Amino acid sequence: MSQHRADIAAGRLSKAEYADNFADLHPALDDHQALVEADRCYFCDGAPCTTACPTGIDIPMFIRQISTGNPKGAAATILRDNIMGGMCARVCPTETLCEEVCVRNDAEDKPVKIGQLQRFATDTLFAAGKQIFEKGADTGKRVAVVGGGPAGLACAHALARQGHAVTVFEVRDKLGGLNEYGIAAYKTVDNFAQHEVDYILGVGGIAVEFGKRLGADVTLGQLRSDYDAVFLGLGLGAVNALTLKGEEMAGVLDAVDYIADLRQAKDLSTLPVGRRIVVIGGGMTAIDIAVQTKRLGAEDVTLVYRRGKEFMKASAYEQELAQISGVKIKYSAKPVRLLGEGGHVRAVEFEYTQALAKSLPRTGSGGERFTLEADMVFKAIGQKFVAGPVTGGNDVLELEGERIAVNDDRRTSLPDVWAGGDCIAGGQDLTVSGVEDGKVAAVAIDTYLRGGAEKRE
Amino acid sequence: MADIRSNFLGIKSPNPFWLASAPPTDKEYNVVRAFRAGWGGVVWKTLGEDPPIVNINGPRYGAIYGGDRRLLGFNNVELITDRPLDVNLREIKQVKRDWPDRAVVVSLMVPCEEQAWKKILPLVEDTGADGIELNFGCPHGMSERGMGSAVGQVPEYVEMVARWCKQHSRMPLIIKLTPNITDIRFPARASKQGGADAVSLINTIKSIMSVDLDKMTPAPDTDGKGSHGGFCGPAVKPIALHMVAEIVRDAETRGYPVSAIGGITTWRDAAEFLALGAGNVQVCTAAMTYGFRIVEDMIEGLKNWMDEKGYGRLDDFIGLANPNFVEWQDLNLNYVAKARINQDLCIKCGRCYVACEDTSHQAISNAKDGRRHFEIIDAECVGCNLCVCVCPVENCITMEPMTSGVDPRTGLPITKDYANWTTHPNNPNRVAAE
Ligand SMILES: Cc1cc2nc3c(=O)[nH]c(=O)nc-3n(C[C@H](O)[C@H](O)[C@H](O)COP(=O)(O)OP(=O)(O)OC[C@H]3O[C@@H](n4cnc5c(N)ncnc54)[C@H](O)[C@@H]3O)c2cc1C
Ligand SMILES: Cc1cc2nc3c(=O)[nH]c(=O)nc-3n(C[C@H](O)[C@H](O)[C@H](O)COP(=O)(O)O)c2cc1C
Ligand code: SF4
Ligand code: SF4
Ligand code: SF4
Repeated sequence: MSQHRADIAAGRLSKAEYADNFADLHPALDDHQALVEADRCYFCDGAPCTTACPTGIDIPMFIRQISTGNPKGAAATILRDNIMGGMCARVCPTETLCEEVCVRNDAEDKPVKIGQLQRFATDTLFAAGKQIFEKGADTGKRVAVVGGGPAGLACAHALARQGHAVTVFEVRDKLGGLNEYGIAAYKTVDNFAQHEVDYILGVGGIAVEFGKRLGADVTLGQLRSDYDAVFLGLGLGAVNALTLKGEEMAGVLDAVDYIADLRQAKDLSTLPVGRRIVVIGGGMTAIDIAVQTKRLGAEDVTLVYRRGKEFMKASAYEQELAQISGVKIKYSAKPVRLLGEGGHVRAVEFEYTQALAKSLPRTGSGGERFTLEADMVFKAIGQKFVAGPVTGGNDVLELEGERIAVNDDRRTSLPDVWAGGDCIAGGQDLTVSGVEDGKVAAVAIDTYLRGGAEKRE
Repeated sequence: MADIRSNFLGIKSPNPFWLASAPPTDKEYNVVRAFRAGWGGVVWKTLGEDPPIVNINGPRYGAIYGGDRRLLGFNNVELITDRPLDVNLREIKQVKRDWPDRAVVVSLMVPCEEQAWKKILPLVEDTGADGIELNFGCPHGMSERGMGSAVGQVPEYVEMVARWCKQHSRMPLIIKLTPNITDIRFPARASKQGGADAVSLINTIKSIMSVDLDKMTPAPDTDGKGSHGGFCGPAVKPIALHMVAEIVRDAETRGYPVSAIGGITTWRDAAEFLALGAGNVQVCTAAMTYGFRIVEDMIEGLKNWMDEKGYGRLDDFIGLANPNFVEWQDLNLNYVAKARINQDLCIKCGRCYVACEDTSHQAISNAKDGRRHFEIIDAECVGCNLCVCVCPVENCITMEPMTSGVDPRTGLPITKDYANWTTHPNNPNRVAAE
């Protein structure tokens, strides 16, 4: 055996430290704070924030409803446009959506805290345990929804409200998709994802088949013959590989898998984490794994991104969050070699990239190399759609790039199949855009079903 | 630096800022704190006959708020002082002795009988106080007993009591008027007729502050019931400004001294009342909201503004705005203004647009080249100023007078000639223009 031993251990912190590190990132506003913040909204006409919201929430109206002491009305305004308004309030990168265009930026460089107010309104409604939606009158039509993530659930809910009987096929044993398995723990504390799922199912008329995988337990062909319409919200099932030698070594991990374990851990002190962590990638997943391993007690966490700061998919705000959490970010460097010992990764060698070398901050010139020691290396360089289940059989969907091609109605190349969320081409890969896709598709499906058009000749 | 020493009816004070008769002036303790803070004078909380009145033992105030819980006004159901007469008189005497350079005026309210006034006046005179103010304004509690606004609403009573007081006392006499009346000029004329030296106004306005929708009671609430109270604070300032200006310009009371009260919160508010012709000002709600220290800025702010404008003394600008207060029929119908949006300041909230579009004249466009952009359509703009009122950014929209050319809305040429309704062709009672 070599003298190198990977330092990977559970229980690096005290109970209090775990609790502190994984507490609510933005504690909820109390009544007073919400009123003060709501007063800042100008009730804009043709509000730019609403235009910027992928689900088009009537933001000035819901904020006004908060300020008049009608938070439940505010929640209804939100949920009518976005059934996951509660989760979106917590996870939307508002700094690049609604809050980025708030007119208060022009006047004071300080937008109205739309996300926080949205959370205040929806929390108030959920705390009151009030169901505001009901199933529509039975249409006799049946729709299969595959995937119980944001896209699938938004679609299922909207269809149930129209009176269609919905069955959700979900391979996992919980609904919510990445809300449950992917979103950073401190963004959605206290099991919020499942509470939200319960609220959504509370409309009635939605059956769920857990443990059913499209492509294995059911096929697209079967669903098309058993149901009047199909919606696919499959998400992204695989991750991109580094394509480096040694990628199969112990300690080289998929960030999304580790995050899923973290999200499902009953006790964070049982989750082993390395002392030195290297994260490769530049998106939300890279930031999330870096921050969360740091908060689990890793000593050194370095995130390495192959291009400059301004190209990073994670927003400036997310990058700052990583930095204030103690994560070191290195820009403009790509991994060239994984070094290991005894089948376990030991270090990663990087090379500064040339073409994009002028982006800041830079510490070396193109071609120069450096090595980072690591007990764990996380791959977070993007996820991939697994097309097998929709291209394997007789019922083949057209793809665009590597994802499902859809039109504006989120209709696929098959007339009775719609799709939305991360699995379609041209999306934003955000919870909120998944919800919008599900909503738009549901309207189209409803029109299609009511049109009574014969499915297939 | 400007000299803001004030002389009102011969009562001298280092500045024109007095505290109005109210809780801030109910005791020696409060008044001394006020004088230390810099207030020029006080009108002592209204004294009555012994035995003292009683107040309720629960909420006396209800409030109305603007954004961020900024107090726009409140009302109260408090009565006059509830302390024995001799205690008040002793304290007044002490305070006047300790603070000879400050104005100490005593507010009074006793029944409408000559004997009652004859009895109390010498007691007050003995304190060395600078003058008296008769509370003919209190709209609640006392009015049901035939005092306060019950007197102020009947000009004949005002005149009668003023006469008694002038007869039985040598002190300068101010009559405090109630705004709960249709035409404020009548009690003001009566006050002058009766020989009073000045009027002060406004006292509070009868009001219900709000309704508690859980308990179904008007606020403020005493054991499940609410009564009407007197409304005051920034929200009443426009009403007070108008009433003061009316008295100042009335032919029968022109030049009659007025002490202005009602919503005065800043030096600017005070300057506005003085500009309309008030001789000094009195403050209550602002002090009760922020404490006595606000007078520092009132003093400094007024002086700085006077310096900037080149006014050396208060008399240099008192009344300057009053001649510009005219009847509607005297307004120049040939004056044409159009709104202008400063694009550098505009934050594109769209409020001007929706206000004009939904409720007025469809004179603002909201897009240009497919982008949010707000501009005035001169051919539709009537110059009403609504957009200026609703724009959240100060000075972003301004009203610019047209000085030449043709008004694109009416097609009429812009003329420098003054012409008002009295000569307008649409006026059936027009007089021939000269
Ligand atoms: C680590 C991480 C952090 C993120 N953080 C944020 C954030 O902070 N804010 C934000 O807006 N977005 C964030 N995102 C993105 C966001 O989570 C996704 O865009 C969103 O969840 C997409 O919704 P979806 O319904 O398309 O897919 P998913 O949420 O992935 O749901 C797909 C569902 O389908 C099921 N499924 C998949 N294949 C099959 C099959 N063959 N048969 C049956 N069921 C199947 C899955 O089990 C899952 O339940 C993050 C993503 C990741 C990975
Ligand atoms: C610009 C304007 C014009 C008004 N014109 C009239 C009018 O012609 N006739 C009338 O009875 N009230 C008129 N009002 C008074 C309103 O009807 C209403 O009584 C008043 O504004 C108080 O209500 P509010 O403050 O709740 O809006 C007018 C109000 C405004 C602001
Ligand atoms: S842009 Fe800002 S101020 Fe305007 S409606 Fe939206 S949140 Fe309110
Ligand atoms: S001044 Fe009146 S009419 Fe003109 S643009 Fe403004 S709101 Fe419209
Ligand atoms: S109200 Fe003022 S800031 Fe808003 S769009 Fe109009 S001009 Fe611009």
